[in-house]
Amino acid sequence: MIHARLKVARDDFELDVDLQLPGRGISALFGHSGSGKTTCLRCLAGLERAPEAYIEVNGQIWQDSRRGHFLAPHLRPIGYVFQEPSLFPHLSVHGNLTFGWRRIAPQARKVSLDQACALLGIEHLLERKPATLSGGEAQRVGIARALLSSPQLLLMDEPLAALDGPRKREILPYLERLHDELEIPLVYVSHAQDEVARLADHLVLLEQGKVQASGPIAATLARLDLPLAQGDDAGVIIEGRVSSYEPGYQLLGLQLPGSDLELRLAHEPLALGTALRLKVQARDVSLSLAQEAHSSILNRLPVRVSGHRPADNSAHVLVSLDADGSVLLARITRYSADQLGLHSGQQLVAQIKSVALLG
Amino acid sequence: MPLDASDLGAIWLTFKLASLTTLILLLVGTPIAWWLARTRSWLRGPVGAVVALPLVLPPTVIGFYLLLALGPNGWIGQTTEALGLGTVVFSFSGLVIGSVIYSMPFVVQPLQNAFSAIGERPLEVAATLRATPWDSFVHVVLPLARPGFITASILGFAHTVGEFGVVLMIGGNIPDKTRVVSVQIFDHVEAMEYLQAHWLAGAMLVFSFLVLLALYSSRSGKSAWS
Repeated sequence: MIHARLKVARDDFELDVDLQLPGRGISALFGHSGSGKTTCLRCLAGLERAPEAYIEVNGQIWQDSRRGHFLAPHLRPIGYVFQEPSLFPHLSVHGNLTFGWRRIAPQARKVSLDQACALLGIEHLLERKPATLSGGEAQRVGIARALLSSPQLLLMDEPLAALDGPRKREILPYLERLHDELEIPLVYVSHAQDEVARLADHLVLLEQGKVQASGPIAATLARLDLPLAQGDDAGVIIEGRVSSYEPGYQLLGLQLPGSDLELRLAHEPLALGTALRLKVQARDVSLSLAQEAHSSILNRLPVRVSGHRPADNSAHVLVSLDADGSVLLARITRYSADQLGLHSGQQLVAQIKSVALLG
Repeated sequence: MPLDASDLGAIWLTFKLASLTTLILLLVGTPIAWWLARTRSWLRGPVGAVVALPLVLPPTVIGFYLLLALGPNGWIGQTTEALGLGTVVFSFSGLVIGSVIYSMPFVVQPLQNAFSAIGERPLEVAATLRATPWDSFVHVVLPLARPGFITASILGFAHTVGEFGVVLMIGGNIPDKTRVVSVQIFDHVEAMEYLQAHWLAGAMLVFSFLVLLALYSSRSGKSAWS
């Protein structure tokens, strides 16, 4: 459990947040630049000292400004990944990796050099100097270096922001592996909605130094009252499990949590029961009054309208839908909404044009 | 033999003085440069200006004030006498003190630039990797500032070798104690011993050129912090 109450007032910026983050999984601090997300992270690390703060991580108090208590950053069991890899240029990759590792007691080392290298695929880089690495390689070394200090809390400040598209796609799978294979809670700062949708379990939405929303990722992304639902990228996350496979059509069936409903997508076969994260974009969901038997659309689910709200441009309406316990968002024209006679509680059929697998 | 015993004595004394001065300046200058590079205190301006004073003051002015302060009637001189140390004017120790002050900016400024260029980030990284501030300084700052230390050492040494005014004011002209090469050359010229002056002056010229050559040749685009 991570509890951070922070108050920072500067000339041009004010931060006033009370964060309660789960003690496991990935918590994303999401917001525009200047929303205070990096400041939150730096305060957690102790790199900045908020004038008014109470920070407690897993029962240890790291800062309590009322008692004048402030644990120096080098005494906090954290791992920090900066936006730029920030490797020490005078040390080899090996020297960088073992910098933190050598500074903790041998019995406190939970991650070995081999493990960290294998996890991030950097075994072949050990003898190299940082200047000879690509951006993606350097950032992977930076992540492994943070892991090797056996942190109880990992902090990442937009670790992909300085990389181009292909380099991002190179690193994302490694971050997912961290999520799956490590027990360490991770606080991840980002302004990229696709990264957050892919990685996060818990989402904190920051706006101008205030917490606008905080909650499990799926529920938070689906909230109509937040600006997330207004964006072009708006959509929901569904954590499904592989429940069937049709070899003839190469169609994978994914069961929605706690329901018999299934989403299907063309994919290579996967073991039954494999957990997968899907994204369904609001603009890919259309609504109709009845099941149309003849359609090329693969996924048609019975849903109940749980809420609706005009989109930013008045031509569209955002609709939240309950598909037997899972939430979907649909972005339809106001004309269509009127034609359907859209109202809460209405039973409709959601036609989902495409489903993206997030890995 | 173009150089006589007194010339060799002067060269040896100059070498001793420059080495000791450089060593002391590295020890004293490093914390001053570190503080100047990182502090946000209003004292940064005044302290920086005081350190830079020898760059613009005539050496005789520095020597004059040092003579007053260190002499038997000066406040430092009275303190050292009260402690039973005697006065340091017209002694090798006096030369060292004068040289340290005179060459201070040539050591502090390259170090300050080197420390500033490193920036905050490597220290933050080191702290998140459990390094104490002292540990970070030794294992991150010192290696990253190495080019700055090399420049500072060369400049500090060379500048001390080249001083004249301060030495003459507070050291005088005592063979093997305070008579350094620059004073020895002055003496030769005064005595019309042009040949010996030539040898010493030529040696100084070659030495200075070689030092600067080494300095400017080694300043290739180093130290990229990624």
